[in-house]
Amino acid sequence: MVRGGVFVVALMALPLLGFEHWVLNLMIFTLMYAAMSSAWNLVGGFAGYPSLGHAAFFGLGAYFVGIWFQHHDVVTGYEPFVILPLAGLIAAVVGFPIAWVAMRTRADVFAIVTITLLFVAQTLAFNLDSLTGGAQGLAMPTPPFELARFEWPFYYAMLWLLLTSMALTYLSMRSKVGLSLDAIRADEDKALGVGVHVQGVKVLAFSVSVALVAMAGGVWAYYETFTYPQFAFDPIITIGMVLMCFLGGRGTLWGPVIGAFILVPGQQYLAYRLGGSQFYLIAYAGVFLLIMLLMPRGILPTIADRLRRRRAIASSSGPPPSSDVPPPSSGAGTNVPVPSGGAA
Amino acid sequence: MTALLEVKGARKAFGGVHAVDDCSLNVEEGSITALIGPNGSGKTTLFNLITGYLKADGGEFRFRGRDVTGSDPGALYRQGLTRTFQQARVFPHMSVTENLVVAGAYRWRDLLVPRVLGRDRSRADALLEEFRMTHVAELPASELSYGQRKLLEFAAVLMSEPRLVLLDEPTAGVNPVMIDTMERHIRERHAAGVTFLVVEHDMQFVMRLCDPVVVLDNGKEIFSGPPTEVQQNPLVLDAYLGT
Amino acid sequence: MTGSVHALIQGVVLGILTGGVYALMASGQTLIFGIMKVVNLAQGALVVLAAYLSYTLFTSFGLDPLLTIPLTTVIMFGLGVVIQLVFLRPLKREDSAQLSLLVTFAVALLLEGFMSVVWKTTYRSTNTDYANSSWTLLGIQFTVVRVIAFVLSLIALGLLFLLLNRTKFGRAVRATVQNPMSAELLGVESKRVAALGFGLGAATAAAAGSVYGLLYPFNSGSHYDLISELLSIVVLGGLGSVGGAVIAALIVSTSSAVVATVFSPTWSSFTFFVILILVLVLRPQGLYGTVERGAL
Repeated sequence: MVRGGVFVVALMALPLLGFEHWVLNLMIFTLMYAAMSSAWNLVGGFAGYPSLGHAAFFGLGAYFVGIWFQHHDVVTGYEPFVILPLAGLIAAVVGFPIAWVAMRTRADVFAIVTITLLFVAQTLAFNLDSLTGGAQGLAMPTPPFELARFEWPFYYAMLWLLLTSMALTYLSMRSKVGLSLDAIRADEDKALGVGVHVQGVKVLAFSVSVALVAMAGGVWAYYETFTYPQFAFDPIITIGMVLMCFLGGRGTLWGPVIGAFILVPGQQYLAYRLGGSQFYLIAYAGVFLLIMLLMPRGILPTIADRLRRRRAIASSSGPPPSSDVPPPSSGAGTNVPVPSGGAA
Repeated sequence: MTALLEVKGARKAFGGVHAVDDCSLNVEEGSITALIGPNGSGKTTLFNLITGYLKADGGEFRFRGRDVTGSDPGALYRQGLTRTFQQARVFPHMSVTENLVVAGAYRWRDLLVPRVLGRDRSRADALLEEFRMTHVAELPASELSYGQRKLLEFAAVLMSEPRLVLLDEPTAGVNPVMIDTMERHIRERHAAGVTFLVVEHDMQFVMRLCDPVVVLDNGKEIFSGPPTEVQQNPLVLDAYLGT
Repeated sequence: MTGSVHALIQGVVLGILTGGVYALMASGQTLIFGIMKVVNLAQGALVVLAAYLSYTLFTSFGLDPLLTIPLTTVIMFGLGVVIQLVFLRPLKREDSAQLSLLVTFAVALLLEGFMSVVWKTTYRSTNTDYANSSWTLLGIQFTVVRVIAFVLSLIALGLLFLLLNRTKFGRAVRATVQNPMSAELLGVESKRVAALGFGLGAATAAAAGSVYGLLYPFNSGSHYDLISELLSIVVLGGLGSVGGAVIAALIVSTSSAVVATVFSPTWSSFTFFVILILVLVLRPQGLYGTVERGAL
């Protein structure tokens, strides 16, 4: 936990350290994906329902903010940030009935609905051009921030989203929501059979998750100024979220963050070196498949596992390994560390 | 007086096979009723119909006087109708304590409270003591033996203080000592007012513990009565030995 | 005939004809689900790959895409088996169901990436000389390719039906779909059935792909729309039911075509989404699927 705190403080201080613009730009995207991956984790990691259409809500948030500012003015430059929570709320409201229908049967069907949803959202964005500008895109007012510190508001907005997402994840893990999610993920039918509010908890997780992603989309729309359907509703966004979550370890608090901090800079570096974007897909998909086959639980749980095994071998009653995930019970007198929150 | 559980004319077919064919039975409050029958008689299907895991093609199900036809397992659980599984399904990565707490039928507004509250812990501890499992309270359920898991599953469904517990082959795959333990716990809970419906193959267990015994054959109920009469009944003998 | 009735009939005809192709693609998809309980999100990509293959054979060697179907079928079958063996078989753990889903998704992306590198992202279309001709019967237009597509799909589905019902392999597949454990006990090697089954699913994509290339312009990104439609069809038909998939394909395809001709083409792409949602709300198991509530 201490290391986490240091990390957060470092992130908060980063812009003050006078890095060049491209560093801040990279960090904005890193934080954005970390936030989104962390949000995706709620549904895909903790509930066990892999959503393959989260980008639909990213785009929803982007277009909401874009359309809002067709009719409202940007004066101080901070107005778009102020209406972010509204974007999140709209996404949650839209996501709620979708989740209700899509999560009724099984995770496969849920995945099907989410993929289809993304495609439908993109088509809508292209076709409702009186509202969305269609293929011409939607323009946001230019942010009136001074050039030297241009990225700062966006950076802090994304950081705020990340911290919010992590806070919600942490609260969930420590509360009965997390308990329910663990049960659902382990054995949903059994969970239903012992009275867990399965449908409600799943839908709640989904609504919160998409709200966060939509807010990220809103910030992104403002940062990029122009919003186009093929970029706002790009499957690559979903793939990125999912991949980072898997890489770091789904069902853990820090996993998605670690995944994002590894992959986003890595991807930028590759883009710089290889140029063409066709290789993106192959690289992403390839890394994804490698992780599935070699380290399916992701970095954090695999490390936690190895540490635990080593300590179990070394001593019979050593201290529980420091884990980024707090144990479920208060831990006094525990000599067998109990994995929680799906870290196992 | 209405029975605690009433099944009237239950029907369920898979393709052309009528697993349950116009089956009726009653479970009286305060009884330990057995549901037996040869393989393929429809016991498991009926069990799943009663507990909401399968939707019946027809028939009526009443619990505590209320129509519960078509209810899902969660709704039934919260009304006091619970079940265990033959394979002893527990949540492997969660601790024994958490396995108990999660089955506590907590309400919506309790969702934001901590995972294991003080009062959850005391309820769980009480059950753990009753089942002599206090020493494994913090172990992940995956580290329990099969017999211990069966006990845990049983204990967990008791967290919601049910009126009726349906046990799916409680003695399957456990050693004789554990069978005795199971029997003892069932008797103790029964004395405390819980009604049981038990699907079983172990005839001696059934004869010792249960009254009445309901026999199914070919998806229909063919006999219902005290254990002493079951063994004499020609229909029952035919069902088990015939075909 | 009055304008809108004419449009309606035209739409229905169009829908039925294209329905055949979708039926073929969907049957492979639902078969894979039935055997392995895996939703193959790469099915669309496999169809597009097959389309590219037949396109290349046509443009480079002048071979008619319909004639090269046996070749592409064999190639895709092999590819399907390889995919199953390399990526899906190693997943043997508790949440292999969820992981398989994501793995097939990743495979779809891998294929898309591969295709965009080899063939670039320009839209292609297999333009044989009969590609644009059509007949007119009773005022209804029948494009030649669509009729051919329909006939071909019928033949392919017929072959599939024969395979499933008259061969030993087909019996093994059906047994595995109905009850994998019993099938194993009866001597069916489920691992082999899984691999060959996936190959079979990919093979149906081959036949469909050749036709798809004749009907529509496509590029490496086309698999998204395709998979969305296929999945809606498969859900409507009931996951695992080949017969259901065929009927569902006709329903979805016809509805979509009718909406396109009577209203506007832009809205036809929503038809399958609307159908999907309706199915999930009203009858989640689809037409011929089973209601699974508790894993018993």
